[in-house]
Formats: sequence, C-alpha cells, structure tokens
Amino acid sequence: MKEIITSKNLCLWYGETKALNNINIEIPENKITALIGPSGCGKSTFLKTLNRMNDLIQGVKITGEIKYEGKNIFDTSVDVNELRKKIGMVFQKPNPFPMSIYDNIAYGPRTHGVKKKSELDVIVESSLKGAAIWEEVKDKLNKSALSLSGGQQQRLCIARSLAVKPKVLLMDEPTSALDPISSAKIEELILSVKEKVTVIIVTHNMQQALRVSDKTAFFLLGELIETNDTKILFNDPMDERTGDYVNGRFG
Amino acid sequence: MKKRDKKQLIEHIVHGIFAVLGLVTVASVLIITIYLIVSGMPALWEIGITDFLFGEKWASTAAEPEFGILPFVLTSVYGTAGAVLIGVPVGFMAAVYLSKKASKKVKNVILIIIDMLAGIPSVVYGLVGMLVLVPAIRILFNIPDGSGLLAAIIVLSVMILPSVIKVSVTALDAVPKEYEEASLALGANANETYMRVSVPAAKSGIAAAVVLGVGRAIGEAMAVMMVTGNAPNMPSIFQSVRFLTTAIASEMAYSSPGTLQQNALFSIALVLFLFILMINAVLNFFLKGDKDQ
Repeated sequence: MKEIITSKNLCLWYGETKALNNINIEIPENKITALIGPSGCGKSTFLKTLNRMNDLIQGVKITGEIKYEGKNIFDTSVDVNELRKKIGMVFQKPNPFPMSIYDNIAYGPRTHGVKKKSELDVIVESSLKGAAIWEEVKDKLNKSALSLSGGQQQRLCIARSLAVKPKVLLMDEPTSALDPISSAKIEELILSVKEKVTVIIVTHNMQQALRVSDKTAFFLLGELIETNDTKILFNDPMDERTGDYVNGRFG
Repeated sequence: MKKRDKKQLIEHIVHGIFAVLGLVTVASVLIITIYLIVSGMPALWEIGITDFLFGEKWASTAAEPEFGILPFVLTSVYGTAGAVLIGVPVGFMAAVYLSKKASKKVKNVILIIIDMLAGIPSVVYGLVGMLVLVPAIRILFNIPDGSGLLAAIIVLSVMILPSVIKVSVTALDAVPKEYEEASLALGANANETYMRVSVPAAKSGIAAAVVLGVGRAIGEAMAVMMVTGNAPNMPSIFQSVRFLTTAIASEMAYSSPGTLQQNALFSIALVLFLFILMINAVLNFFLKGDKDQ
C-alpha cells in the first residue's frame, strides 16, 4: 500500500492556542480515509492544512512537515495554487459560485488555461457524470447553480473539484448540511471516485465513516489518538478513548 | 382602564407626529416637482421643445435672444461621462484593494480619509481646481487658458471617488467568503479569485456605485463653475464650457422675474431634474436587483 500524504510531527497554533499537537499519519493512495473526533478536536484544521487553506487565516503558525508525493508542502519552492489544484476540497456548506452550472464546472479548467470551448464541453460533461449529476442538469447547464437543491449543489461542488483532475479530494463534513437521501447519494459518489482520487473525509457521523472509509483516524483535543483500518478501529480499538467515542459514550 | 386609554392616546399622538414628519420629506419632493413643472413649462412652449433642447446657441441677453441648451446638455453628459471614465476605474480598484487586500487597520484609516474627502465642501474643490489645476493644465498643454471641460472632468472625477469607493467596498465586503474559498481551493490565485468571483458576485452593488457617482457628478454646480470659465460653448476638451447646473446658477441672479430668460432657466432646472430622476430610477433598479439575489 502506497501512501500519498504523510504528516510528520505536525503542530499548529492559532495565535497562542495550540490546535494540533504532533500529528503523525500516513494517508494511503486511492483509499478513503475518515477523520473523526468531537467538535474542536482539530480534524478540520488538519484537513485544511493539507491544501494550505489555513494560510488564509491570520496568526497561524505551523511546525513539522507534510509530504505530498514525497515533497514537503510547506517548502518555499511549492506553488500553493498548483498544490490546491492537485489536492481539491469540498466544503461543509455547498458553495457553488453564483454563475451558471456550466461556468461553475468550467471555472477551474479555465483558471488553469483551458480556453477551447470544445475541450471545456468535454470536461464539463465528464465531471458532471463523475459526480452523478449529469442526468439531472444536462438540459439546464446555463441555469444558475443556485437554482439547484442543496444536495445537487454539493454534488455540483464535487464535480467542480473533479474538473481540475485532482489526485486527492478533501471533504469537510460534506453531508452535514444535507437530508438523508442526498447524503446517501454523496456517499455513493465518494465510493465511486476512489479509483481515481484519494479521499480524506471529516465526518461527525460514525455510521458514515463505517460505510465509506477504508481507514479511520481518531482525533481528540488536537492529538491524533489512533489510526487504523476502519473495521479494526471501530470493533477493536487500541485506545480506550477511541472505543468510548465510537460507541457514543462521549462527543 | 383609564390609564390604558391615556396610554393609547399618547401612542396615537406620537404616531401622528412621526407620520407628519415623514410626510414633510414627501411633501418637499412633491412641491419641488410641481413647482419645477409649473415654472418650467411656459418657456418650453414659448421657445419650442425642439428648439430649446437641440438649439446650439444660448444668447439669453442678446437683442434677439436665443435659448438653445444643447451645449449645456452635452457638456453635462460629457463632463459626467469623463468623470465616470476616470473616477470609476480608480475608485473600483481602490475598493478591491480596500475590501480584499488591505489589512483591517489600513482599511479603516483609508475609509476615514475617504469620508473626509466626501465632506470637503464643493467650493473648496473649486478653489483648489481654480488655483492649482487650471494653471497646471494651461502650462502642461501650452494653451492660453486652462479652465474648461478637462479641468471640470478632473475635479468631478475626484469628487465622485468617495461614493464609488464606499458603495463598492460595501458590495465587495458582502460577498460570501465561501465563494472565495471555493475559488482558492480550485487553485486560482488571489487576484483571479477577486476579479472572476468576488467582483461578478458584487456586480449590482458596484453598478449602483457607478450610478451614484453619475448622480453626484451631474448635479454638481459650484466646483465646475469655478474651473470651466462658464462660457456657453459647445463642449470641447480645452474649451470654456457651461453645465446645466452652472447655466442656472450663473444667470439666475441677474434675470428678472417673469422674463423669458428666467423662465428658460426654470426649464433648464426641469431638464436637470428629469436627468436626476432617471438616474435614481436606474439606481433603484440595481439596488433592488441586489436584494433579489
């Protein structure tokens, strides 16, 4: 099993507050890794560190390293835009741009230099198909993306991420704002994309982690308590706290 | 029971006072509108609407007076357009910088200074324009007199900056952060994100800023009067010109009541008023569009 991302001795501060303490983890390629833990445990912070979205927050300090395909992402020679192209992100709340469905998907490729309409058409169609939403929107590509339902918007956002052909997809509680049926569709989608991309998903939903992920990492108070194959972590955790959390005894 | 009645009575009276005070505004607008129409129409009939609007010559005190206001209309339109052409790009870029790039501290300081810019009386703009700008234009372009349309455009473009910047900043600040995050997460850099996501998302607010600037420029009298030389020529960049506003201001003082000259000035005011009504209608359209989103 080959790992695509490795984190070594990663610590992160927001101002004076230490949000992540010495995180060491290996993320396997083309697998789904779930990050679980109670609110404020640092799992979302860790996720946002992987594509350096934390750079946008003032007063963040990071030590240690994260290697993506063998290279430290904090290295000054790393082009952060290039990194974010490779490591895409889907947010908690669906956030399509206030543009047409077509332009939403074409935004990323256009940013990275695809200009020809015929090429864009192909990318838009394959991305929407990849996110299992093509059939629902193919007749209204020029309609505003904001006219879609919440679940459709989230699948559109996944399609938008897929359009720049990322290697890794970070998902920050992608179903927490959706109804159960829409959530189920997103979960199905996550399972279907893992042949092409590595998925790292933050979730509050234990059942969801069990259903979709191959590996699970349990965070608590800024520390990584335990990482293991999902089945083992849920059924036979090494740490008592992990067991307490996955069995709903706190959180 | 009695106490409650008393309370209710007071409630009614206070309500009445507020309603009357509110009506004062409406009444002012109504009275001005009616007054302008009533006093502006006679000259229009006497001169003829086409001759008045499209006549190229204004000679109100000549032995055979002529009342063509096309020079004023065009000057106002060109002057405003010129001010928008310079002021809007500058103000817009400044707004993007303030909303998206500047630190909070810098932004606050600059916004305070912009408020001061808005608070400078227009006569002071005119004074500085007259004493600094006009001689500068004269020397720079080597012409006999620097006062004219160019000077007015420059002064107006500075004067509209505060409204353009402040309204644009408000619109850009209101763009949800999620849009920008989504763009950055796709690998777009900061500038691409601002220009291709934030600005389009704020476009109706920015359009409102432009219209507000137009309204400010077209209604300005004092500052332009001081830097244009105020001769009723057809507009040309270095010519001495007269705006709709300054046409009224400069002749009203010595026109006699009831004469065609004074009536014609009222007609000019009516034309100006219609311009501003149109601008307000456009502004409302954009602001409403913003709310609908």
